[in-house]
Amino acid sequence: MIPGSFDYHRPSTIDEAIGLLASHVGDALILAGGHSLIPMMKLRMATPEHLIDIQDIYDLSAISIGADQIDIGATVTQAQLIHSEELADCCPILRETSLQIADPQIRNLGTIGGNVANGDPGNDMPAIMQLLDADYVLQGPDGTRTVKARAYYEAAYFTARSENEILTSIRFAKPPAGHGSSYHKQKRKIGDYATAAAAVMLEVSNGSCTSASIAMTNLADTPLWAEAAANALIGSALDADAIAAAVAAARAITNPASDGRGPAEYRTHLAGIMVKRAIETAHARAG
Amino acid sequence: MNVQSPPTDKQRIEKLQGLGSSRKRVEDARFTQGKGNYVGDIKLPGMLFGDFVRSPYGHARIKSINKDAALAMPGVVAVLTAEDLKPLNLHYMPTLAGDVQAVLADEKVLFQAQEVAFVVAKDRYIAADACELVEVEYEELPALVDAFKAMDADAPLLREDIKDKMEGAHGARAHYNHIFHWDCGDEEGANKALADADVTVEEMITYQRVHPCPLETCGCVASMDKINGKLTLWGTFQAPHAVRTVASLITNIPEHKIRVVSPDIGGGFGNKVGVYPGYICSAVASIVTGVPIKWVEDRMENLSATAFARDYHMTGKLAATKDGVITGLHCHVLADHGAFDACADPTKFPAGFFNICTGSYDIPVAYCGVDGVYTNKAPGGVAYRCSFRVTEAAYMIERMIDILARKLDMDPAELRMKNFIKKEQFPYTSALGWEYDSGDYHTALEKGMESVAYKALRAEQVDNRAAFERGETRKLMGIGVAFFTEIVGAGPVKNCDILGLGMFDSCEIRIHPTGSAIARLGTISQGQGHATTFAQILATEIGIPAEDITLEEGDTDTAPYGLGTYGSRSTPVAGAATAMAGRKIRAKAQMIAAYLLEVHEGDLEWDIDRFQVKGNPEAHKTMKEIAFASYNQAIPGLEPGLEAVSYYDPPNMTYPFGAYICVVDIDVDTGVTDIRSFYALDDCGTRINPMIIEGQVHGGLTEALAIAMGQEISYDEIGNIKGGSLMDFYLPTAVETPMWTTDFTTTPSPHHPIGAKGVGESPNVGGVPAFSNAVHDAFAHKGLTHTQMPHDHWRVWKTAQKLGLTD
Repeated sequence: MIPGSFDYHRPSTIDEAIGLLASHVGDALILAGGHSLIPMMKLRMATPEHLIDIQDIYDLSAISIGADQIDIGATVTQAQLIHSEELADCCPILRETSLQIADPQIRNLGTIGGNVANGDPGNDMPAIMQLLDADYVLQGPDGTRTVKARAYYEAAYFTARSENEILTSIRFAKPPAGHGSSYHKQKRKIGDYATAAAAVMLEVSNGSCTSASIAMTNLADTPLWAEAAANALIGSALDADAIAAAVAAARAITNPASDGRGPAEYRTHLAGIMVKRAIETAHARAG
Repeated sequence: MNVQSPPTDKQRIEKLQGLGSSRKRVEDARFTQGKGNYVGDIKLPGMLFGDFVRSPYGHARIKSINKDAALAMPGVVAVLTAEDLKPLNLHYMPTLAGDVQAVLADEKVLFQAQEVAFVVAKDRYIAADACELVEVEYEELPALVDAFKAMDADAPLLREDIKDKMEGAHGARAHYNHIFHWDCGDEEGANKALADADVTVEEMITYQRVHPCPLETCGCVASMDKINGKLTLWGTFQAPHAVRTVASLITNIPEHKIRVVSPDIGGGFGNKVGVYPGYICSAVASIVTGVPIKWVEDRMENLSATAFARDYHMTGKLAATKDGVITGLHCHVLADHGAFDACADPTKFPAGFFNICTGSYDIPVAYCGVDGVYTNKAPGGVAYRCSFRVTEAAYMIERMIDILARKLDMDPAELRMKNFIKKEQFPYTSALGWEYDSGDYHTALEKGMESVAYKALRAEQVDNRAAFERGETRKLMGIGVAFFTEIVGAGPVKNCDILGLGMFDSCEIRIHPTGSAIARLGTISQGQGHATTFAQILATEIGIPAEDITLEEGDTDTAPYGLGTYGSRSTPVAGAATAMAGRKIRAKAQMIAAYLLEVHEGDLEWDIDRFQVKGNPEAHKTMKEIAFASYNQAIPGLEPGLEAVSYYDPPNMTYPFGAYICVVDIDVDTGVTDIRSFYALDDCGTRINPMIIEGQVHGGLTEALAIAMGQEISYDEIGNIKGGSLMDFYLPTAVETPMWTTDFTTTPSPHHPIGAKGVGESPNVGGVPAFSNAVHDAFAHKGLTHTQMPHDHWRVWKTAQKLGLTD
């Protein structure tokens, strides 16, 4: 539980950070809230020689809500996500999810960028970004590019980000007014990763589901976007048969590990229960 | 004119804050401000830091150890291995259970995370870095993980060091992986009761391997003063005096040249009773280097290498008549002790007080046998917030009673009522030989059932089950009843010792001339609030306000000898010593008062805080006046001063008891268990500080919740530890912890000077079966008899699935 030795850098601009990363490429890691990286360093599973702490980069700490698009800077904390009334009004699932991440002390430090960037399958926000079809903005020595959240995750801790890039912000279309959403997460205790969790966002018009998106957390080595499950809902009255079809489609794409949270069989079963409950809650909230 | 009226009796009693006062904890001022002084806070000039190279394997032969790269690292001072300790004969150390344990692995490693080498460096980080540079070559051996296979003919031989020593500390060993067989009671009689019974039940009940996991891990600072030859050892010791004696015996350093200090301790729960390799290595390193050495284990080391608890596989059999009168108990335990037998039990009790397993019931004939075996797991087997193996015993009997109730189709509370030892039977000698000092079980359970509206709960459960069948709910309601009898306060020197050290305890009191006092005890608080409660005992005994009495513990150079704090023994033993020392003070004070008032001693009576002349209360001397006189007046026939010391050897254990009732709602689709309510009635005899009792009960129940619902230290088939970090080891937070309802009855111990019995561990003993019985009760109508703990989400779901209740 004692990390190896490292040099600590605290740049105040993004260019400076990218420059530092370029000069130590392969030996440097980006530190934001530290709640994924520091435990890994204490276990010596991560042994960076250079830590580049981005929390002083002011430009990365804002939530901007435009007419059609929402931009969230990488160092926005979960506490900020919870406390933004404007965000909660137009995209309530971010507050709902943030409140299910760890505890208040951790949420005061943990950032959305850290949560999505490193590809930890236990993190909650990657599934929400699947749900929202978000873009991740990556900045490197050659400039800026965007990668779809749905294309970002390759395997556990393997992502589309290059070693010389920093994830600087997250963008997604503002969800339509009147949508319903919900994140259901079962865990063993506060601070634990999900045994299974599901996010649902849908619209209902005249009793019929007109759009739907479903995503799941910690049920495979990447976050899961359950496209077939969502399609099972679209056009339905969100009746028991449609929900059962969505649950079956969602369960079909899970591939959880057997671990202390339970055997794979249980976690797959539970994924379906979380999907079902999230659909029901989102439905009740829609309109 | 302003005339001040003298204080009333009530005001004088309140001013003392003695027995029964919910006095605030005097310790909290420093703890809540971060001003405690723990081992981790100790910094000495020139201090070096130690860290361990640990085994990655469960069972392996060490082929070579190469320290060169580590020693070459700047800042590294030394690397110790078993080869370095052998010339000092310190490569093995004695355990509390009469076995030996490798301080540093000698030719073989026997459990994952076993200590292999000790690196000493200038700072904690260098020590950790250098550990990675110690090259150890291993040859992996087949690991023995399943205790049930330990005594197979082809089982791997674990302990090569004692393979030819077939006579163990507790008699003959039947196999090279066998540690001991211990039994008591009447096996023939128990078997006859079973053969003759109308009804019998049998179940193999496992109490899984768990860990006390105190917030502060174990650690020490060892400092050898080469000038005066004195070794000082600050450490997380629940028994500092025993550590000093044992250290002297194994190192041959004279006992007056060893000072052991327990500073503030951040929770012990049995984890800090034993002696660990880190202490020995730190002391050796300090002796070699001549500078202080600090060693503090980290959380994963604590969970994976320092003492675990439980790991008992208990097969119980009950015999009963068809109307529910229990006629006999037979049980056998397979005890998994890990690689070394380092259980912390009184020496003559290799299975602790497990033979309290007849519980609160008048069982005419009983037998229990225990076989301990070695496996490739960490050593331990400590009393995690319970007296020695008492929570195992309570879990076994309380589950068996519920299983019997199910078979008889009787209400489990009614079956308990029917078989309780009756109030008029106390003192009661159990079939397994304990003399229960006092109890009133029927009153306690009746009060509990009334308080929770037990009948209404059972009626609600009938409705809930019907609604479940109709498909109106996916939740099942369970009601768990547990009634426990603890056996605490070890103990009478005639049968209780640890490595030959009698388990008395002590208190020394010195009254200052102006009427305040200092008291020192042989115990050591780890959060129990001794400085608060022992001052209250004294306040009532000697009439000095509790706030004017300083309490000190934990420094062997100043405190009187005692066996420390664990097994709820402090109040029953040191608390008794405190009262007795107070009475010695009062006896001398009475002589002084008689002289001052010019009357005979027999003409005086004690009144709250003073001696007064019988029939003339105006003529009196307060304890404060007496204290001043004791130092400053020449009183014929009396030495100056007012001091006393008492070493108390208790005549018997004390037997706290309680009735716990838990209501749980189980979501069969997710396995989530929602503790709707928990009622805990404790009878700990005389209540010293109700607020501290309530806090102790809350803490113990929370640990019971943790054990019943989630804690488990398990190993895979090759001996890799699973659950060795707080990522997986279940420590509930405030969010997971339900509201506790506490209640009490008061049945004073007849042999304790103030009638107190001890309480800190009762809630763990009674809590675990209450939670477990509640979970089982939810599924009882579907035919569930028993399923092993922990009752975490997936296992509960699995139970529901097996019973055909899931989709």
